Amino acid sequence: MINSFSIEQQSPLFRFVLGLADDSVVLSHRLSEWCSNAPYLEEDIALSNVALDYIGRARMLYQYAAEIEGKEHTEDDLAYWRNEREFTNLLIHELPKGDFAFTMMRQFFLDVFYHFYLEKLVDSKDETVAAIAAKAIKETRYHLKRSEPWIRQLSEGTEESRARILRAVDELKDFVGELFEMPPWEAELLAEGISVDRSSLQKPWDDYVQKFLAVSDVDFGDSQLQIRGGRNGIHTEHLGHMLCEMQYLQRCYPTMQW
Amino acid sequence: MTNTTDKHINPDKIIPTMHPVFAQRTSYRAASPHQHLWEILDHVFDPELPGLTIWDLGVLQDIQVTQSQDDFGQLKPRQLKLELITVVITLTYSGCPAVDAMTQDIIQALNNAGFEQVKVKVSLAPAWNTDMISPAGKQQLLALNIAPPNEDDHPDCPVCGSSNTEVISQFGSTSCKSMHRCQHCAEVFDYFKSL
Repeated sequence: MINSFSIEQQSPLFRFVLGLADDSVVLSHRLSEWCSNAPYLEEDIALSNVALDYIGRARMLYQYAAEIEGKEHTEDDLAYWRNEREFTNLLIHELPKGDFAFTMMRQFFLDVFYHFYLEKLVDSKDETVAAIAAKAIKETRYHLKRSEPWIRQLSEGTEESRARILRAVDELKDFVGELFEMPPWEAELLAEGISVDRSSLQKPWDDYVQKFLAVSDVDFGDSQLQIRGGRNGIHTEHLGHMLCEMQYLQRCYPTMQW
Repeated sequence: MTNTTDKHINPDKIIPTMHPVFAQRTSYRAASPHQHLWEILDHVFDPELPGLTIWDLGVLQDIQVTQSQDDFGQLKPRQLKLELITVVITLTYSGCPAVDAMTQDIIQALNNAGFEQVKVKVSLAPAWNTDMISPAGKQQLLALNIAPPNEDDHPDCPVCGSSNTEVISQFGSTSCKSMHRCQHCAEVFDYFKSL
């Protein structure tokens, strides 16, 4: 259990790894909400498997964060015993799952982002971070192979599916810019070759996404930053509700295990 | 009219050959002084893939033995049971829940053989990939009607051998598999994805 937790007093490496872990666990939870709700059985299984990849990523990162912190906290303590303001995920991960078009559009945006990001992170001077990235990049490449045909199909499908795709782009675009912001602790680690310069990925990301969407005549515009705050614990109203559900069991029955 | 592309069996794809990555694992194992321990773990299987051992799957990476000490800090090398065995495994997919079952089975197998102090270490590097699977492992996948991984990610039907197959879903019952249908014999089968 975690009784008091002050993120500002933590080391840059801890905050860096924790941020990546929070991104993964929050997105994983959102994807897992499709379990038993997806359009058909195979898609249900697929989304749950993508969620599983992200929970695996989160576990490796939380275990490493706990090791860096050195206070005998466990991965579960970090995931289940921090409050909303102590979560440092980027906001795009926490947005409610919405309809299927929204979920797939977010996934496409993030798959492209992680595709570029992890490709750099595998060269991190921190061996554990590099090893986790090396595992994750393979999974992300596969996710992208799956999200692209979906975006194509929905964009060029029926009037209804296209309308939903356009709405999803509209709802998501303000949250994309935060992916390319460097918090001070990540900038500090960049000098040591541990983190990745997020801002350098904006151009490749914009080019890739715009080119892909243009084929289906979907206009993205650009990823100008509008909404930020996740890395500093300032969240949308949605995260608190999500954590209520995600943390319920551990908070009701502390230290309970399967 | 006959469709000649309908049944096209490529034996090279069906009969698994030894990959250099696996050959490297084999020679590493052969050089280990703890042959008896490797053999004990040849009886530990993947919980989701009956008959496929953790060695054949490529999950089992290393076995290290260190002498543990008694209460006075003295080495007791002659007493086998005081050896601490560290088994190093690697994760297939990062979220794969089978790793917990495998860890328990490894400890159980070594305990049953009289080794009491066993530790399982999950190593992140080298990242697991399907090249680590042994030829025997690929045969076993075929025996389970699961198409073994191949480089172009287009599996042949494990039942009739036809290459005329299509993807149904990019994920199957576990992260490591996808679902396909054979358009020749109509069988629906799992494919162990190339990674």
